[in-house]
Amino acid sequence: MMVERRDWPVRAVKLWLPLGLFMLFTLFPFYWMAVTSLKPNQELYNRKIMPLIVYHPTLKHYVDLLTETNFLTWTYNTMLVAVISTAISLVFGVMLAYPLARMRFPGAALISFAVAATYLVPQPLLFIPLADIINHLHLGDTLTSVILTYPTLLIPFCAWLLMGYFRTVPHELEDAARIDGATRLQTMFRIFLPLCVPGFISAGIFAFTLSQNEFLYALIFLTQTDVRTVPVGAIAELVKGDVFYWGQLMAAALLGSVPVAIIYSFFVEHYVAGLTSGSVKA
Amino acid sequence: MSAHSQSIASPAVRVRRAPSLRRWTEREAVFSWLMVTPPVLFLVALVGYPFCYGILLSLQDRPVARPGQFVGLANFVADWHDPVFWQVAQNTLVYTFAATILKAVGGLGLALVMNQEFRFKNLTRALMLLPFIVPTVLSTISWMWILDPAFSVINWFLIHTGIANPGPSWLGNPTLAMGSLIVVNTWRGLPFYAITLLAGLQTISPELYEAATIDGASALARFRYVTLPLLKPVIFIVTMFSVIFTFADFQLVYVLTRGGPANATHLFATYAFDVAMGGGQLGMGASIALAMLPPLALIIIAMSIYMKPAKS
Repeated sequence: MMVERRDWPVRAVKLWLPLGLFMLFTLFPFYWMAVTSLKPNQELYNRKIMPLIVYHPTLKHYVDLLTETNFLTWTYNTMLVAVISTAISLVFGVMLAYPLARMRFPGAALISFAVAATYLVPQPLLFIPLADIINHLHLGDTLTSVILTYPTLLIPFCAWLLMGYFRTVPHELEDAARIDGATRLQTMFRIFLPLCVPGFISAGIFAFTLSQNEFLYALIFLTQTDVRTVPVGAIAELVKGDVFYWGQLMAAALLGSVPVAIIYSFFVEHYVAGLTSGSVKA
Repeated sequence: MSAHSQSIASPAVRVRRAPSLRRWTEREAVFSWLMVTPPVLFLVALVGYPFCYGILLSLQDRPVARPGQFVGLANFVADWHDPVFWQVAQNTLVYTFAATILKAVGGLGLALVMNQEFRFKNLTRALMLLPFIVPTVLSTISWMWILDPAFSVINWFLIHTGIANPGPSWLGNPTLAMGSLIVVNTWRGLPFYAITLLAGLQTISPELYEAATIDGASALARFRYVTLPLLKPVIFIVTMFSVIFTFADFQLVYVLTRGGPANATHLFATYAFDVAMGGGQLGMGASIALAMLPPLALIIIAMSIYMKPAKS
């Protein structure tokens, strides 16, 4: 306390001022989202009054969003797709990461290079051919189309993150299991994978967040309202030509962010660990 | 089963009797390949194949509903002579460079600020990452309203403080629209830089700073000769990711400007989308998307050359 009191002008300049300004910049759009979603239309479209506060808060936009649009269906679709593609990506990610991190085999270098390259291929490079392929397979306007394509974005990422985690686990337990006669598969499932739960949580949260964030494939493959995800539904159906349903848009943005934010708040340490592991350890 | 129980008693018997299939799958190389084959096949089918198919498409005149016709490099020649294409290339470079520099400098600054001890540090860090985890399209909706031509909150301040009346059209003026996109991209990407660089800073041993201080190095010199060189590998990796994903950005532009006004904010991805999905020219669109590869490769190679020697 003593130190802090003597240093406070220095700390104010070196810490609180820059941090405060930055947090204002970071959090203002979220505040704006919340405030706007609670404003009745006559306040929303009134340029005379101070816009930073709500004078007569209303839940009308939320009620309209939930009753007049397909928002709940979009939310269900988004969740379903995110959960299934995360699960697929974790399974495939383990199948890539375990041999690459723990074993020596011919072709390993090539595969790890290919996985890294796949991760770095930007999505816009693939969406046109993929749109044509999805069409040929008659998968347009089905959730299958995005459940199949999202893992292509998530698997390389999960594999890469899990490889980093797997390498930190000591070999002794596996060696002991092998000497006791366990097969490689048994060693992996019974001994190794249970040790890696924190790694799965990191990779899982990342994959889940990324699939909630995906927009391009969903925009192209899903054109019917009952198969849309939240971002596509909001942009395509709450903006009609030049008419923006601002209150509902903000309500949708806020409600759509809630699931990610909740999961994130529970596992924030895992998230940060995953975020920083790749670049710091490399 | 009986073979198995026997094998525990006498290993010598096991070697002869064990089913050869199992022995085969227990070999390191075989087991590894059995594991990696399904995901590799999946990725080949949904990344490798579309990539090659995209190259094929770019060599065709291919309207959406009709079969394609091979036209050689005609699409690329048409791109070369298309003034919009060059405008798009320029936009993408400006957007990528400006946003990356802002994110790198701002992220480093914020990481240095965060590298002090203070109360609520974990909470601050958690809140700081919000822009990065909230779905981009949804947070961009809020920015769309912040930058709205009629009801912008920024313009409300400008008008009521007497700085400008009427306030500028943030998304209607070509230069301001590009500037706005760069700011929003920075808003979203800066936390990633800050958190990663902060983690990098925390791996630097305090003894190095003590040694430098004893040798009489100023705070600036310590940053220049201790912090920066040690942080360079982390900065390199983060910047490479950021460059790739900024260069190929789609969501922000699609939501905020759709490439307008008058193509001033079209990036490769949004322009390819317009040509392929809006105009129905799949071949043309594929050629524009593929045109991203050479400049992206150049940037990455240039960055590796520029940043690698200082690594050691």
